[in-house]
Formats: sequence, structure tokens, C-alpha cells
Amino acid sequence: MSERVPKKLLVVEDSATMRQMIAATLGQVPGVEIAQCASGFEALKAIPRERFDMVLTDINMPDINGLELIGFLKGNPDTRHIPVVILSTEGAQRDQDKGLSLGAAEYIVKPFQPEQLRATVVRHLFSESA
Amino acid sequence: MASMNDDKALKEFISESEEIIEELYQNLHAIEDGVAASKVDPDLLNAIFRAAHSEKGLAGMFGFSGLQNYAHRLEDLLDRLRLGKLSFTTVVLNQLFEAVGFLRTLIGDISAGKPEDAAAIEARIAALDKVLEGGNEGSGSNPFEGVAFDEGLLGVLTEYEEYRLKTNIEQGCNLFKVKATFDLMTFDQSLDALTKKLKELGELITTLPSSEPAGDSDIKFDLIVGSEKSLEEVDASVSAEGVSVVEIDQANKKKKPVSDLTGAIESFLNENTVVADRSDDTGVSGTIRSVSKTVRVDIEKLDKIMNVVGELVLHSSQITRFAEKLRAEQGSSGPALPFFKASRALERKLRELQDGVMDTRMVPVKQVFDKLQRIVRKEAQQVGKEIDLEVHGGETELDKLIIEELGDPLMHIIRNSIDHGLESPDERESKAKPRRGTIRLQAYQRGNHVHIEVADDGRGIDLEKIRNKARERKLVENVDGLKDDEVLNLIFHAGFSTKDEVSELSGRGVGLDVVKKNISDLRGLINIDTELGRGTRFTLTLPITLAIIRALIIEAAGRMYAIPLSSIMTSLMIEPRQIRTVERREVMEFRHQQGVQTLPLIRLDRVFGLARKESAMQTGDMYVVVLELAERRLGLIVDRLHGQQDIVIKSISEFLRNTPGIAGATDLGNQQTILVLDTAALIDEATRGA
Repeated sequence: MSERVPKKLLVVEDSATMRQMIAATLGQVPGVEIAQCASGFEALKAIPRERFDMVLTDINMPDINGLELIGFLKGNPDTRHIPVVILSTEGAQRDQDKGLSLGAAEYIVKPFQPEQLRATVVRHLFSESA
Repeated sequence: MASMNDDKALKEFISESEEIIEELYQNLHAIEDGVAASKVDPDLLNAIFRAAHSEKGLAGMFGFSGLQNYAHRLEDLLDRLRLGKLSFTTVVLNQLFEAVGFLRTLIGDISAGKPEDAAAIEARIAALDKVLEGGNEGSGSNPFEGVAFDEGLLGVLTEYEEYRLKTNIEQGCNLFKVKATFDLMTFDQSLDALTKKLKELGELITTLPSSEPAGDSDIKFDLIVGSEKSLEEVDASVSAEGVSVVEIDQANKKKKPVSDLTGAIESFLNENTVVADRSDDTGVSGTIRSVSKTVRVDIEKLDKIMNVVGELVLHSSQITRFAEKLRAEQGSSGPALPFFKASRALERKLRELQDGVMDTRMVPVKQVFDKLQRIVRKEAQQVGKEIDLEVHGGETELDKLIIEELGDPLMHIIRNSIDHGLESPDERESKAKPRRGTIRLQAYQRGNHVHIEVADDGRGIDLEKIRNKARERKLVENVDGLKDDEVLNLIFHAGFSTKDEVSELSGRGVGLDVVKKNISDLRGLINIDTELGRGTRFTLTLPITLAIIRALIIEAAGRMYAIPLSSIMTSLMIEPRQIRTVERREVMEFRHQQGVQTLPLIRLDRVFGLARKESAMQTGDMYVVVLELAERRLGLIVDRLHGQQDIVIKSISEFLRNTPGIAGATDLGNQQTILVLDTAALIDEATRGA
């Protein structure tokens, strides 16, 4: 954490309220810059343009779902290294498991605890290997 | 829980919720026609599901737990609908409209700053649960076998997309992979146009961003489409720059014929092959035609048919009576005899029809048992007990309506066993019992009744504890005078709980009194056997159907009643002097195959508190109808027997519904409406503690 270049986090979530909640929660973490996408398509456009250090994605979205986004990220040599954390509601166990087997780092269950979300993001953005 | 804990966030939440509700309404209206025609647009249904899902997530973030729970249950319901685990009927649709209306109320309350009405939410959740219970699990077969998917395709599909894919395969559709390369900046418009075309051809199952390298400014997609159209047709309608189509091979699928003549021959051969394949079917058939020959029918439709059939039977027996009368008057010459024969033939065929309709209503109790199994697993974990659930007789059949009403009471009894009956593993070990407790769930048929037992090998019910509790709470007047059976029956007393603290598990606002009420509403009976230290067994005795039954029509105190034949053991003609009075109760000696017993007797006019009609005063012979249910017997003193008849039991007004001993009313076909006796309730009332 010696260098001062902010880490870029992409939040992919179709609910505007949820995006704001996430932004408000993570806005207090120093050294993190948050980009928001309201759909999988938006994310597909944003990802090649910017270098993200982490992606936080919902699973249930209207155009492409979070699993497909993960499949895309993990199948692409340019983006394979980006840690992906799934943010989805309880009960979607099967889809969460699929996400993990596609290469997602972990999942957080909504409603999330702000501390938990902050800790997870910090862990992936600022760990030794990151 | 909200971290942006200010008005702005709440406003944001409310306005997004309102948007969601609006969208729900629109989509429900859009899907309405499809539901009526049993052809639901899966995309619309999925959109409805997603809306409920989003609402649940939002409510959770803001800590509105009631709204969250309700939206969650709604989401469950929609999830089952979109995964084909529950059929989408107009009844369900109405429920959904109501549910969205309720969501709107809840949001309105939140917006007005009112606290959540937990009771109302609970009630609404229960209503949704009722709908949820009607489902069934999908088949276990794997339709993906032999389908040449790219490696990893199934890995990125959500459960729902997987289900849509399965459905397309099972319906015999061709599968296509449409590969598209678009400009990264404008792909959404291009994709939108392509998607529209594909939806005209069939169903777009998923849109996958491809990991295949595309140019710096391009992006590739694979779209999986199910359609009845041929490769050529699909190709012709979507082909454009950057778009290509390949068919996904389905090894198990018969190729659609190409030319007309060979096509006709091939399809002839195919159809015959299909038959051959079925006859030597070894599990993996060579066709992907649906092997299931099942049709799903809304139970309400069956109810209607059942009612009509019931009425037909009544009319038919009137005709038969008329024919008999004619024949008696005119003898066997003339048209009387053929008329009589025809009416008899009609009656027989109607009886067959009735049996057939009845049969369609029957479903295996397995449907409930499976759900209970899941609950046991979950709840055992919650309370830290180790429990094996043994299930027997899942194939036993009961009327669908009874099955639906059975879930809650059974669940409650089982929860009671998990919570109160079975000891903790350590406690069991100290009593030299195996650490794992066992709950045995068993169903079997005896005559016209089905028995369902829930037995545990737990601590049993301590009658002394019940007596103490009854004294403490003054549940009854003379506790010490009660016999053991009567004491045991106190656990069905409203508000009774043997544990000092109402535990999380069974203390859900429902007591065993409600279970008992549920079961007696089904005209069933609950018996308990318990042995201290060894375990407890609840036995439910239920009629196989409630829809139509054979009944004995009797007259007592000048009024006619119908008694379901299934609970009648025999009828006796007696003289008044055979009746004795013991402890102010009328009884008589009753001889039967198993020996002699003192049979308790009741008179309906006394039970219902009716005045005897003068004209009905009788001095001569009288009859005793002996009722029997779950080895408990009761004699009903009646004045006259009017023979047997099939009856359709109709529910009655609120006023009489709460009268114990009355199951409903029935129309005898000659504009005469009479009451149907609830034999289970009468027996229960009269033989308690006997």
C-alpha cells in the first residue's frame, strides 16, 4: 500500500438502490475508486476500456447473467487475473457454486454486512499478491 | 442495516420498489392470456421472478424483514413456476396479483412510516405457502445426454437457463448456436436486433459473451437458441455480416426429415421406431420424445367434473327409482322392463365414470413426505439433534385436496417430535439409546381410510407433567379424575405447551390444537400412543377422499342425516330396554367378532340440542348405527334407516361450520338438503377417555 495509485473496483448490479448502497459502503475505504455498471452489457463495454483490479457482480441480471460475465472474464487471458466476487441473495446456492467453479474468488450474500463487504474488498485489492 | 442511513437512501428504495411493483403488474397482465391458454412466455415469467428477487434483496438491505420474508416466499413461488416445478394456473395467477397488491401495501406502509404488520405478513406468507405446496419435483432424467455442447456451456448457465434448455430439448426442438461478432461500442443495439429476430424463430435460451479472441474493438457472442425451424431457415433469417449459425448435434434426437417423400417415409419409420424403442426401453431411449404421458390438470377442474358426476349419479338413481316403480306397477310387459334395464346400465356406467374421476384425484402421499424429509434435515441441524427419518408407504394414495391440507399438520407433529420428543444426542447416550434418534413416517390404507403415523423413539410423553400443567393453567376442572387417555388428550388443548419455554422450533404460534382442528376439518382423527422413555406415535386416520362418498341416510328426531358409510361398522335393530344408563351415559351391550363390549350411545337431538318433533315420537323398535374409526366405536340411536346413497358433500355456512359433528350438507336429488354427520368428530367427542 505504499504507492498511492487508487485501485479500481467495478460493481455490476442492476438495482440502482443496491449500487448506491454498495458505493456508500465502499466509499469510506481509502484508495478505492468505484465504477458502476447497471447491466452485464455495460460491464462488457467497460471491461476492455479500463483496467479493473476487482469485479463485484450480481448474478441475476436482465441481459447476461453474472455467471456468463465471470465465464467471459475468466476465459479471456487479459482479464483472467482479475478477482471476481459474487454478490447475490441467499438461496441461489447452485448458481453461487457455479460461479465459484467458473473461477470467482468468493461470494457475499445480500443483504450484506457493510463490514464484511469492506473487508472482502480490502482483502482482494490490497493483499500481497494483488 | 442500511449504511447510507438517511432519507435519501430510503426514498431511493421506495421509488425503486414502486418501479418494481409497476413492472410486476405490467408483466402479470401481459402473461395473463398465456396462462389461460397454458402457454406461458418464459421470458415474461423470468422477468416477474427477477422483479420479486430484486425486491427481496432491497428489502433485506434496508432491514425490512417482513417485506423481505414475503418477497422471498413470492420469489420461491415464482422460481418454482419458472423451473416448471409448479404448474401456472389461473388460480396461481390470481394469487400473484394479490401478492403484488400486498407488496404495494407494504411499500405504502414503509413510505408512510408505519411499522410492519407482522401478523398480516405471516398470514400472507401462509397463503403463498399453500400455493407452493402444489408443486412437484422435476424428472430425474438427463436430457443433456448426447447433446454436443461446447465444454463449459452448462457451467455458465443459471439453473433457470438450464431448465429452459432442457425444456427445449425435451420438446424436440433443434438447438442452434448463433455466433455473432459486433463492434464493442455498439454491440448492444446490434445484439438487440439479432435477439428480436431469434425470438421470432423460437426461444433465445442464453446470450454468452464469448472468450474467443475478438479484435481490439470487437466483442463476440454465442447465442443458444431452441427452435423448430431448420438450420437453413434460421440461417436465412438471421444471416448478416458477422453472424453465423451452427446446429448443436443431439445424438439422441431423430433428424427431421429433409425432402417430402423421404420425409414421409422416414417419419413413418421413426414413429414406428419410437414405439419399438419404448417397448424395449431400458432407461435410455433412442428418442427424445417425452416418455411421460402425464397431463397436468388444475384440481378445480377436477372438482367441477366431480360435482357434475356426483349430481349425475343422483339423477340417475332417481331415474332408477322411477323405473322400479313403473316396473312394479306395469309388470314386465310393455316399456317398463327395457326402461328399467337401461336405467340400471346408465347407473353402472356412471359409477365407472365416478371411479375414474376419483382415481385422477389420487396422488401418492410421497409428495408430502418428500417435503417433510427436507424439513427434518434442516430442523434437526438447527436444534443440534441427530435424526434419521424412515419413510414407508409413500406410494399410498390420497385425494389431492387432502394431501394439500396434510402438509402443515404433519409438519407440526414432526417438529413437535424433533423438538420435544427426541432427546439430545448426549442425553440419548446416557440412557443407553443410540445417539441418533429415529422418526418413522408411515402411510398405509385400511378400507376406506388412510392411516399416517409419525413415530419417534424419544422420551415419550410424561402424563404427570401434563397433569401438573393442566392444574397450573386450570385447563380443566377435575384433573385428578381424568383417565390417562383424557390427560393425553389435553395436549390438544388450545395453548398447551409441555415445555416451559416455547422453543423456536415448535413455538410458531401454532399449537397441537390447530393440528387437531386441521385434521378434523378433513374428517380425520388423531390418536396418540406414548410410552415414557420409549417414544410417541401420532396416528392420523383420514378418509381417502372428501369429494364424493357413499352414505347411509338415517332419520332421527324427525330429521334426516347422511352418515358416511366408510365409518359405519354395522346397523342394529334394538328394543328400548336394551339401552342401559351408566354414569348418566346411555350404553348397550354390543356383540361383534372380537367379543362383547359396552357401546356408548348418543342421540343426535341431544348432541345438537334439538327439540324432538312431536310426530317423530316413537315407542317401538329403534335402530343403532355403530360407527367405528381407528378402533373406537360409538352407537348412534336413530329412528329410521332410509338406505344408501352417493352424496357430494357441500360446505356449509359459517354458522354451522363450527358445530362439531357436522361435516357439511348434501342434496338428496329431490330438492331435499340434509346435513352430513362428521363421524370422526362424534366418535372423538363421545369416546374420549373411554
